[in-house]
Amino acid sequence: MAELENIISTREITLHMGPQHPSTHGVLHLLLEMQGEMILKAEPDIGYLHRGTEKIAEGLLYHQFTPYTDRLDYMCAMSNNLAYVMAVEKAMGLEIPERAKYIRVIAAELSRIAGHLLAMGAWALDLGAMSILLYAMREREIVLDIFEQICGARMTLSYLRVGGVRYDFNKEIVESINELLEILPGRLDEYETVLIGNRVWIQRNEGVGVISAEDAINLSLSGPALRASGVKWDIRKDEPYLVYDRFDFDIPTGENGDCLDRFNMRFQEVKQSMRIIKQAVKDLPDGPFNVDIPEVVPPAKPEVYKNMENLIHHFKYVSAGFKVPKGEIYSAIEAPKGELGVYIVSDGTEKPYRLKLRVPTFVNLQTINHMSKGRYLADVIAIVSSLDPVFGECDK
Amino acid sequence: MTPVDKEAVLIDKVKAAFRDKIIATTVYRGEVTHLVCASALRSMCTFLKTDPELRMNFCADVVGVDYMNETPRFEVVYHLYSVTRKHRIRLKVRVNEGESIPSVTSIWAGADWAEREVYDMFGIVFEGHPNMKRIYMAEDWEGWPLRKDYPLRGYKDRYNPYGVDREEKD
Repeated sequence: MAELENIISTREITLHMGPQHPSTHGVLHLLLEMQGEMILKAEPDIGYLHRGTEKIAEGLLYHQFTPYTDRLDYMCAMSNNLAYVMAVEKAMGLEIPERAKYIRVIAAELSRIAGHLLAMGAWALDLGAMSILLYAMREREIVLDIFEQICGARMTLSYLRVGGVRYDFNKEIVESINELLEILPGRLDEYETVLIGNRVWIQRNEGVGVISAEDAINLSLSGPALRASGVKWDIRKDEPYLVYDRFDFDIPTGENGDCLDRFNMRFQEVKQSMRIIKQAVKDLPDGPFNVDIPEVVPPAKPEVYKNMENLIHHFKYVSAGFKVPKGEIYSAIEAPKGELGVYIVSDGTEKPYRLKLRVPTFVNLQTINHMSKGRYLADVIAIVSSLDPVFGECDK
Repeated sequence: MTPVDKEAVLIDKVKAAFRDKIIATTVYRGEVTHLVCASALRSMCTFLKTDPELRMNFCADVVGVDYMNETPRFEVVYHLYSVTRKHRIRLKVRVNEGESIPSVTSIWAGADWAEREVYDMFGIVFEGHPNMKRIYMAEDWEGWPLRKDYPLRGYKDRYNPYGVDREEKD
């Protein structure tokens, strides 16, 4: 009899999930301690994509670092650009023109839509609903086409610059955005038909990876994942930056803090982003889209060829950059994944003395152990997807 | 909350409670910073978290900064936020090379990875941390990459032929 028990009873095993695994959204390596199929402990092992971005920043001029921020959360590069340039502007005490603020809001919200669409699509794919990924990619394509119209790039945008934006909005862009706003609601209804009310989808997500509001705050969870636990905290509302305080939009919150709520948060946020874009496009003021300080924003290229002064400004900007006054600041924005903060210590030169990126994915990943403990292996897939990690950002 | 109320709570109240433990207080671009003694860090953090007017229940980040030519050499910076009261505060602690500072993971569990990152990048040990090991770099990595005297290209070894020779470092 004793012998039989030995055969039936399972031993504790450690399973390595990743770093090369289709549903870990990149190079996440999870060490799962399991009893049968039950998770006892989930320990993320990260750093496979560590590039030393913060070390690189210490050797670059302030404006040279913007393209590196594109490569953090490459699914929504605008948000990273925004966090960085806003931090530098705060350190310099720079006030940007109204038009630039509106353009930035539109750009950031478009980027949020692109990011959330991919998050929802990849999530559905991981749980076996492949069609949603294809649908989401189809809509994401429209957003990327708009980005291409705005700045010529689709993924690594570098559109925002310290002091404003790189190119102005024109009528065609506004038309494309309006077109998107017309198409998207119908497409979102399609997702709803496929997913919300789908038995398999609900059972794979409902009650999975539950985290209470108190635990979530204690573990520094932020963004839609925190709001799914019922905490009404959105930096756009609570510490309004740019012109977010002028728009009418809601902060969706969940009740149960499970994967289904986290999905719904993203779904609702796409709708709220559309509301914001609609108002911003309508109110888009005329005027300059950059500050009129040639040291920070060099003159347009055609001017450089005609005028000696402008040539000097251009040369100075490229070769020496601009100085940021001594001091330290922390500036945070509501990125699609949570609080994206930039801490700059300036020693008064053209390069940051220390630049720290507070990336939401990195901090949010801490909660994986809390959420997966006592759940089954298959639930870990849903939990990882519900945090929407992007490893360009997590590993910096 | 008006700026005046905010300053009253974030500066005066904290100062009144920890008068001799706060070395300096600065306000720059509307951000309140307290430079505190390492010995008072944990009691101060507990106070900031539990006081009903402050309620700093969200630890946004823990950051290391290397001021190579100063003593003490390092600064550890805590960015705290109150989800209920919607205000931010920054605490700074100075620490010398080879010294350790108390961990705040028992106060905010979310400081876990952030403290590991500071350890990984600067070699500052947090006492009382449940899992004090490297997070980004490989376990057997030598050196502390974000220190100012660590070369940008890294040190030369069998995996990194373009690195700097260890003798060459200034």
